[in-house]
Amino acid sequence: MPRFMYVIAVDEAAMANATPEQMEQMMTAHNDWGKAVADAGATVIAGDPLAPSSTATTVRHAEDGSPIVTDGPFAETKEALGGYYILECADGDVALALAKSLPAGTVELRPIVDLPS
Amino acid sequence: MPDPPDVQAAVEEAHRGEWGLVLAATARFVGGDLSLAEEATQDAFVAALQTWGERGIPRRPGAWLTATARRKALDVIRRDAVLRRKLPALAASASEQTDDDEEGDVIPDDRLRLVFTCCHPALAPEARSALTLRLVCGLSTAEIARAYLVPEATLAVRITRAKKKIAAAAIPYRVPEGPDLAERTDDVLTVVHLVFTAGHTATGGDELVRADLVARSLDLARVLASLLPEDPEVVGLLALLELTDARRDARVGADGELVLLEDQDRSRWDRTAVDHGLAMLDRGLRLTGPQHPPGRFLLQAALAAVHAEAATWEDTDWAAAVLLYDQLLVVWPSPVVALNRGVAVGFAEGPAAGLAALDRLAPEPMLARYHYLPAARAELLRRLDRVAEAAAAYREALTLVTAEPERRHLERRLATLPG
Repeated sequence: MPRFMYVIAVDEAAMANATPEQMEQMMTAHNDWGKAVADAGATVIAGDPLAPSSTATTVRHAEDGSPIVTDGPFAETKEALGGYYILECADGDVALALAKSLPAGTVELRPIVDLPS
Repeated sequence: MPDPPDVQAAVEEAHRGEWGLVLAATARFVGGDLSLAEEATQDAFVAALQTWGERGIPRRPGAWLTATARRKALDVIRRDAVLRRKLPALAASASEQTDDDEEGDVIPDDRLRLVFTCCHPALAPEARSALTLRLVCGLSTAEIARAYLVPEATLAVRITRAKKKIAAAAIPYRVPEGPDLAERTDDVLTVVHLVFTAGHTATGGDELVRADLVARSLDLARVLASLLPEDPEVVGLLALLELTDARRDARVGADGELVLLEDQDRSRWDRTAVDHGLAMLDRGLRLTGPQHPPGRFLLQAALAAVHAEAATWEDTDWAAAVLLYDQLLVVWPSPVVALNRGVAVGFAEGPAAGLAALDRLAPEPMLARYHYLPAARAELLRRLDRVAEAAAAYREALTLVTAEPERRHLERRLATLPG
């Protein structure tokens, strides 16, 4: 079965100011989504929230191949990478339907490449 | 042995009529690998040129081409399987199937799967129409590039990227079911409508290629209406395209100028196309009901019918048009629809009422760069004898218009304002 990664973008300022009730609601929404995943015959392989982008470190490589470490995420935008899921499901249509119901503002859906074992 | 010109003509006819069927059936046979199906279909048409010349034109060209394309695809799978020892199971099952149906069976919704896959929402909108024209209609990348006025290399990349995404994102080769069907059908109809509009709207470029886009979109709409005959929107799109295309000959004057609906010689409308379009509209409307209210394509077809049924511009039933625009705004709340409604109000209730409706749209950001809003205001101001304001509105429209025939039309209107 194909696997997909759901990359979740969040508004970090809004997240930082969320009340305990809002956090609770978010947890419930994600738990409910987990049930929708199972109903769609799909499996959550992994999924976690990420620490804010202020804690990100980016490693690039110079032309000579030497690593350059910078403080911060890939790209500075209003939305930042906030969490992820990895799912296994029947096909791209099921994956897309679940991306639509995921309780998050913006989700990037990416097929995972199966490397030959 | 048949004459070479007959063979050439038979292959061309099959290419025009059967390409999509052959590719769709081959794609199903190889588990939805569109690149492989495309290559095999192409090879089958090349083989037809030679084999039909030697052995005669087959009784059922489509079946011959499908069987040949499958064999060609199988050759590639076997070769790859030998190379990689990876797909022996598929190669085996495919060879069993082909022995049983040497004629190449065609199940009716094969093309439907292909169309739904080509118009998948995960693909970029501009890639959807390009992919549909290439895989379903069999146009070459060079022809599609000419039609859309983009470099061929750009278009080829667009199509390749879309095919790769279909494979990588595991987009299934099937017709969607349940609640997804209506939404995905709308995506398909949008693509067909865009192809038609690209061919129908005078934007420059190759005249012949644009006429081909119109013909291909009509073919697609007919195929969809035969495969999804119970969907009012599918039937509605066919009605809309036929009613619009019926006016084709009357849209261009002797000097090549664009002729507006208002000034068209209605005796030059294609009556057969009008009658068929009206019959389709009627069929579509009978499929609607409280559970299935008419959607945007059926309502646009009904609006086209208001014009088709009027013997002259003066006979147009503008009150009916306003009612239809009201319904259209409910299912498709677009500022452009509201603008057209304002124009209809101007005829149904008088220029002052039309102007009031248009002025309510002035703050709409989507219309800020759209020349049709000041142009429509200019016409209403002209009828109200507010000549200076009309002239200002024509000039505003002239700063926004891009298409050359429309620019010339606006200049003529400005020049003929009573001084």
